[in-house]
Amino acid sequence: MSTRGFALPALAALLSCMAFLAAVAGGAPASQAATLEEALQGLAAKSYKERAVGVEVLAATGHPRAIPVLEAMAKGQLFVRKADGSIVIGDKTGKVYALTDAVDGTALGDAKKKELKKVKVNNRLRGVIRAALGGLTLLSSDPGQRAQAAAAVFAARDAGALATVEQAIAREEDAKLLDQLTLAKAAIESNPEFPPDVRLAAVERLSDSALPEVRSLLASLSQEGEADAEVRAAAAAALEAVERDLAFWNLLGTIFQGLSLGSVLLLAAVGLAITFGVMGVINMAHGELVMLGAYTTFVVQDIFRDFAPGGLDYSLAVAVPAAFLVAGAAGVAIERGVIRWLYGRPFETLLATWGLSLILQQLVRTVFGPTNREVSSPSWLSGAFETATGLVLPYNRVAIIVFSLLVVGAIALVLRRTALGLYMRAVTQNRSMASSMGIRTGWVDAATFGLGAGIAGVAGVALSQIDNVSPNLGQAYIVDSFMVVVFGGVGNLWGTLVGAMSLGVINKFLEPFAGAVLAKILVLVAIILFIQKRPRGLFALKGRAVES
Amino acid sequence: MVRNQRHLVFAGILAASTALAGTAQADTIKVGVLHSLSGTMAISETTLKDTMLMLIEEQNSKGGLLGKMLEPVVVDPASNWPLFAEKARELIEQHEVAVIFGNWTSVSRKSVLPVIEELNGLLFYPVQYEGEESSRNVFYTGAAPNQQAIPAVDYLLSEDGGGAERIVLLGTDYVYPRTTNKILRAYLNAKGISDEDILENYTPFGHADWQTIVGDVKKFASEGKRTAVVSTINGDANVPFYKELANQGIMAEDIPVVAFSVGEEELAGLDTEPLVGHLAAWNYFMSVETDENEVFIEQWHEFIGDEDRVTNDPMEAHYIGFNMWVQAVQQAGTVEVDAVRQAMYGQTFKNLTGGIAVMNTNHHLSKPVLIGEIQSDGQFETVWETEGVVKGDAWSDFIPESAKLIADWTFPWVCGNCEAPKFGGTVDM
Repeated sequence: MSTRGFALPALAALLSCMAFLAAVAGGAPASQAATLEEALQGLAAKSYKERAVGVEVLAATGHPRAIPVLEAMAKGQLFVRKADGSIVIGDKTGKVYALTDAVDGTALGDAKKKELKKVKVNNRLRGVIRAALGGLTLLSSDPGQRAQAAAAVFAARDAGALATVEQAIAREEDAKLLDQLTLAKAAIESNPEFPPDVRLAAVERLSDSALPEVRSLLASLSQEGEADAEVRAAAAAALEAVERDLAFWNLLGTIFQGLSLGSVLLLAAVGLAITFGVMGVINMAHGELVMLGAYTTFVVQDIFRDFAPGGLDYSLAVAVPAAFLVAGAAGVAIERGVIRWLYGRPFETLLATWGLSLILQQLVRTVFGPTNREVSSPSWLSGAFETATGLVLPYNRVAIIVFSLLVVGAIALVLRRTALGLYMRAVTQNRSMASSMGIRTGWVDAATFGLGAGIAGVAGVALSQIDNVSPNLGQAYIVDSFMVVVFGGVGNLWGTLVGAMSLGVINKFLEPFAGAVLAKILVLVAIILFIQKRPRGLFALKGRAVES
Repeated sequence: MVRNQRHLVFAGILAASTALAGTAQADTIKVGVLHSLSGTMAISETTLKDTMLMLIEEQNSKGGLLGKMLEPVVVDPASNWPLFAEKARELIEQHEVAVIFGNWTSVSRKSVLPVIEELNGLLFYPVQYEGEESSRNVFYTGAAPNQQAIPAVDYLLSEDGGGAERIVLLGTDYVYPRTTNKILRAYLNAKGISDEDILENYTPFGHADWQTIVGDVKKFASEGKRTAVVSTINGDANVPFYKELANQGIMAEDIPVVAFSVGEEELAGLDTEPLVGHLAAWNYFMSVETDENEVFIEQWHEFIGDEDRVTNDPMEAHYIGFNMWVQAVQQAGTVEVDAVRQAMYGQTFKNLTGGIAVMNTNHHLSKPVLIGEIQSDGQFETVWETEGVVKGDAWSDFIPESAKLIADWTFPWVCGNCEAPKFGGTVDM
């Protein structure tokens, strides 16, 4: 609230000033440079409150330098040079700051941290700067800036901005931005100082939207505080319509979140669907193979950072095959070294692989250290697709859903269409028969386990985008993975897919009512009951394979 | 790393040799280090073990203590709470350590408590915690709720902090967040924020899927009142939580999140660019510019052999605690626990962030409180700090049944949770 209180006079002042500037059109007055310098000194005032006033004074000058200076200030790149007290913009590279003059943008050479005093900003100040920039950039040539400006104007709802908004609407060509701008205009026109018919039309326009912000605006208009009964009734009706819309989009959002959680479960479980589902090996070190994949991503990114910083955005494309090979090799080593001596003894396998998981964890802890490692998200995966109705689909979540389906598809192809897949199925169905047909069963066992382990590593690449890269990464997923495989039906890839997705969606529908802790418990209890009824899971294997 | 291992091996060999030949005891003073080096908590506690080895090495280079060398005895309780109690017993009974520096989670401290009280040991606990405790055998060098949670909420409600009118309390489901939030709810109610403007939510340890909860926070914030989030989320769950905040485009200017368990170390695994402006409340930030801090950071980088390693609040707590213990031992002229305890009261030491820390008779420190905003380089920038130091309060004033309790281990109180002094007489209050 306080931010808005600050922004209102600022916007009014600067917008009227801009109107003046537009009228003069070019040829900035000579006196402006002096006022700009004065205004700049105001930015370095002692308290946050005084600095906020300084921001408004600077914005009110309407000087073209105000935009880069305010942008630098919001990013924490504005400094006072201790030697002469002048305001400079400092861009940090390594340990030195490349300075430019705030007044005219000329380069001033490099400086060390000790020669500079930072102009500190906090959240409130950033809010004030954003509102001020909103007014200054509404007519900017950059669509992203215009979108931010429209949002800032919508939030401020200041009548002084109306003229500029109308000007922006007249020249806007982008349909989505136009929608945002007319919405901002309607928000302004819903203020009590406008005549009733304008206000009613504005409420009408607002009711077309389903944004949460619009909902709160309409809610305040439909309450007792609103003097005009007609507006109040219209707002109440509009509110109902918006809430209906919101409920629908929320439902879609929940389903998306469920599928997203499901795809994470699917990725974690799909490798296990092979080692446990196809081979029947209870591999407690499965989570650690996922972790190895995540650490491989870290190492690959590190190498990219050192040798090809430009290609960092594409490092994931290298990390996927690298993680497959690393985790796959670890898997083959585990199978040849430990598991093959323990076939047919599930309890010994369980204990041995659990011990292996502890060894792998501690090994990674010794090599990489116990703290989290940073895996950066490529720029094409950060950000989100936002609809005008408030539905947010983050790119990395969408990418993980698509990626998990691709992985399942690839495994299905390997199992059904390749010679290796044929051998695998033959060996798991009837080992001695396959052996007497000349298949080297030991080799097939190692390859199958390696494939499952490799897929776990690939899952680690995806999980590194949304979770910690720490030695404990694997532990978080091991129980969930077994749950998915058992629920979906052991030995059935299709069952794993459906099982993971339905567990994800059920979890997300329960969470708002039951809370995260209880939702997990409820799902677990439901699965236990389900297994009582159908011991072989959702999609049970039929035929002779079941007997073995 | 190589250096660390050498230390460990060194400590191990020493520990083994002294166990065999009892005569070696007389030549050294043993200092127990009880931090998890494996398991879930290794992520945070390994750093503290290294900090202790660094401090001990430095003290030895100054000639040791009482004319003897200090000898670290490092054990690994492996993030296993009952094992903490066993290892504490082993340290005191077998190794006969003079003092123990250790523990991170409250549950591990609660597990050690009976052992250390039974054997009259001495424990320095370096982590911010929920309060509601004062043991005769423990010195709490981390923050109590009134040195972290209460000032942080005050800041959020203030004009500079954004003037929040609604508060979301997010926490991991265990004793520290639940107790802290109980105190905060009472405090917020007293500040005129009603229960309908408070949303409380708990998640399990290691919770990785934050979509629903972050969505709920967004919805709660869009209802017309300025909203802020107070996070007592602990450990591994923080990284996916902050990633989800960035994902859903929650900016600190709109919904600031203040965290009590996120420091420089936790941010090291994150891209902080989208998180600029979210807050943390601590008694120490690495970014604070004082001469003491500069020396400390330099010393740490040299010891650990990695310029990129960060320092954090619990490290400062160990730094203050260890140095106070050294002073108290020098004053008492012995490492005998009862004498050292008496010498601890009123002990002062310079904070790394300026000002002077004081050990109070309730076994809690007086320290400054800082609130910092996350910067794009993974550091915090102080945006608010208390005028002077704040005295740690063992029992919260905002929980009715605790408000009347007093912790004071000097005459005439001599107790950790009393309503009246143990030894008669009248006391001015």
